[in-house]
Amino acid sequence: MQARQNSTVHDVVIIGSGAGGGTMVQVLTGLGIKVAVLEAGPMINPAKDYKEHMWPYQVPHRGAGDDGGYYLNRNPYSFGYFNASFGGWQLDGEPYTTAPGSNFRWFRSRALGGRTNHYGRFSFRFSDYDFKPYDRDGLGTNWPLTYDEVAPYYDKAESFIGITGTKENIRSTPDGIFQEPPPPRVHELLVQRASKKLNIPCIPNRMAVITKNHNGRAACHYCGQCGRGCITASNYCSANVQILPAMKTGRVTMINNAMARELITGADGKVTAVSYIDTKTREEKQIRCRTVVVAASACESARLLLNSKSPRHPNGLANSSGVVGRYLTDTVGYSMSAQIPSLKNLPRHDSDGMGGMHVFMPWWLWDKQQQLGFPRGYHIEVGGGFGMPGIGGFHGSCLRYEGYGKKLQDQIREEYGSFVGLSGRGEMIPNENSYCDIDPNVIDKYGIPVLRFSWKWSDYELKQLQHMEQTFSDILTTLGGTVLKSQRTPEQKISVGGEIIHELGTVRMGDDPTKSALNKYNQAHEVKNLFVCDAAPFVSNPDKNPTLTICALAWRTAEYIAEEMRKGNV
Amino acid sequence: MSEHSRRDLLKNLSLTALAAGLSTVDAQHVHQMAADEKKASGGAYKAKAFNDHEYATLRKMNDIIFPGSLEGGTSEFIDLLCSRSPELSAIFTGGFAWTDEQMMKRYKASFVDSKPDQQTEFFDLIAYRKNGAGELGPGVRFFEWIRKMTSDGYYTSAIGIKDLGFMGNKGMAKFEIPAEAIQYALKRSPV
Repeated sequence: MQARQNSTVHDVVIIGSGAGGGTMVQVLTGLGIKVAVLEAGPMINPAKDYKEHMWPYQVPHRGAGDDGGYYLNRNPYSFGYFNASFGGWQLDGEPYTTAPGSNFRWFRSRALGGRTNHYGRFSFRFSDYDFKPYDRDGLGTNWPLTYDEVAPYYDKAESFIGITGTKENIRSTPDGIFQEPPPPRVHELLVQRASKKLNIPCIPNRMAVITKNHNGRAACHYCGQCGRGCITASNYCSANVQILPAMKTGRVTMINNAMARELITGADGKVTAVSYIDTKTREEKQIRCRTVVVAASACESARLLLNSKSPRHPNGLANSSGVVGRYLTDTVGYSMSAQIPSLKNLPRHDSDGMGGMHVFMPWWLWDKQQQLGFPRGYHIEVGGGFGMPGIGGFHGSCLRYEGYGKKLQDQIREEYGSFVGLSGRGEMIPNENSYCDIDPNVIDKYGIPVLRFSWKWSDYELKQLQHMEQTFSDILTTLGGTVLKSQRTPEQKISVGGEIIHELGTVRMGDDPTKSALNKYNQAHEVKNLFVCDAAPFVSNPDKNPTLTICALAWRTAEYIAEEMRKGNV
Repeated sequence: MSEHSRRDLLKNLSLTALAAGLSTVDAQHVHQMAADEKKASGGAYKAKAFNDHEYATLRKMNDIIFPGSLEGGTSEFIDLLCSRSPELSAIFTGGFAWTDEQMMKRYKASFVDSKPDQQTEFFDLIAYRKNGAGELGPGVRFFEWIRKMTSDGYYTSAIGIKDLGFMGNKGMAKFEIPAEAIQYALKRSPV
């Protein structure tokens, strides 16, 4: 069967519309360049598709799912019915597998904007030392970039997106261009005081949320529901903030429900077209291109390259080094919470605020790392406040207090809003045992071979986790909370690989083409018109959430592509 | 967007919600709407998953476990989910039948026909895990199910949200915490 191929040759085809793809669309169209976008999921209409401001009682199942799936461990809504995740840990007909002895979870969103619709929006710059990890402790690999090379693009991304924050001059988490942050909530004030006592900095959060009107977007209205998607575009989401506005320029050809299957190369080794499946009809189609930007999310991008085999590229495209799929990392995740007696019966007020914490603790022991017994750092996130009640919100109280009736209601009311949760987000060092490759035996419903994940944490992460546990216990105890020490082993306590949804590193950049797939402009060493612009190019996974750096690097690559196009090089 | 139009937006957030038949924060209003709706439809809700006796049992249990949960539509919520899930439905129909058998043995009446103090006397047994090892085991496990789903029905309803005192989901022009709340916590906090 001949695949349907339109004769139009697009200047730039972008695969994926998340942080990387969205930034690429915004910057390229801003420079007057026309782009075509392939997005595996549907178009979204924020006003209709986001469930912002809905009460749980506005749906008969209250958020438990039409068949009560929440109660039977087959919840179709991985982060709850009201969340804008447009996907989940499992997608019907699109499996992935894990190698024997490995555990890995892969979160995929299928919609315009991808995972930026629901992500946490914490926006921390990498430190100068994060770009040179090998120089620091002999582990991992240096980036082919320095902080100073990336900083101007952090400036551009922050200025465009709008990030809250304050100048703090902390080396681990450099200052940027900030909008004024909102003040702390009550429990956050207490956490700041406890942290001060323990000599841990606890500073205003850096959120991709605007607190003043910006680029035609309205300032945050503090409903606390960023994860449901923001109808007023007051937080950063590539769909709302970059792609929908760019479409008004007339320079964007948007192709939705298009699952990329393979990159097709011509006689000169360059990519000439992208083969994709129209997910509505399951027909294969092709779109021709002069330049292609793969921004499908780190593992999908690796999968696409590995599945793009040809006699000239037997290991997959841009993979003669064999690194595609290797060096997969995620963030180390660990959480602890406690009920805080001084917050019991706290006078009621609206504590919604931004959809996430207003304060956080950046890594504070970077200059004492050698004494700690583990090589890399973590930051601490803070949870608490009067959250909107939802399904499952009081199951823990029911089990703890047991009983029923007015007494149980009184107990629940008294402690509502009195919990503080701390989450550690730490750096993992790439290792030989953590990678993804193509499962030779399994294809998805489109006939595309699927990924198989191999995963192992190392002692570096497990030791870091023990430090998190001690620190969190100290903070919560200082607050007057009672922490129940868990008897589980570090291996049982650490998050499952992929679970923090910071998976990255699978198409790494580097100066040496035998040890990396891309150069420092995210351009494939061996295929000059192929760029990868999600978190796949990352050489390390510092304890800073990746999205801001995805945007900064994509911005840099977009300017590079425009310049190379002008010179006639791509 | 100008500051003026942002104010309009904040105002409209609540207006849009109201226009869609939804209240932003006034729980009483929603409660009233639900009551009006019930009146309009003749008052009786027809259970989808349960027979009349089972549904009466569910309502009685909901009412005892979280008073106010009937107003919060908890029984309708549980019936709806059970009508779409044979697994959930079996947990409840089995639990009702088991409870009735126990009540007949102890009090010569089904759960709904027993006296209020007999109902609570029996709940005082099955509401605690410590009694779950012996012959009350199935009841203790059933009670955990109905209690957690009653908590969900109640606390996701307007009346339950009001009981907790949740004051958010309305948006605000400037984020501020009342000094009273800050003072309350600082006065009691060890730090």
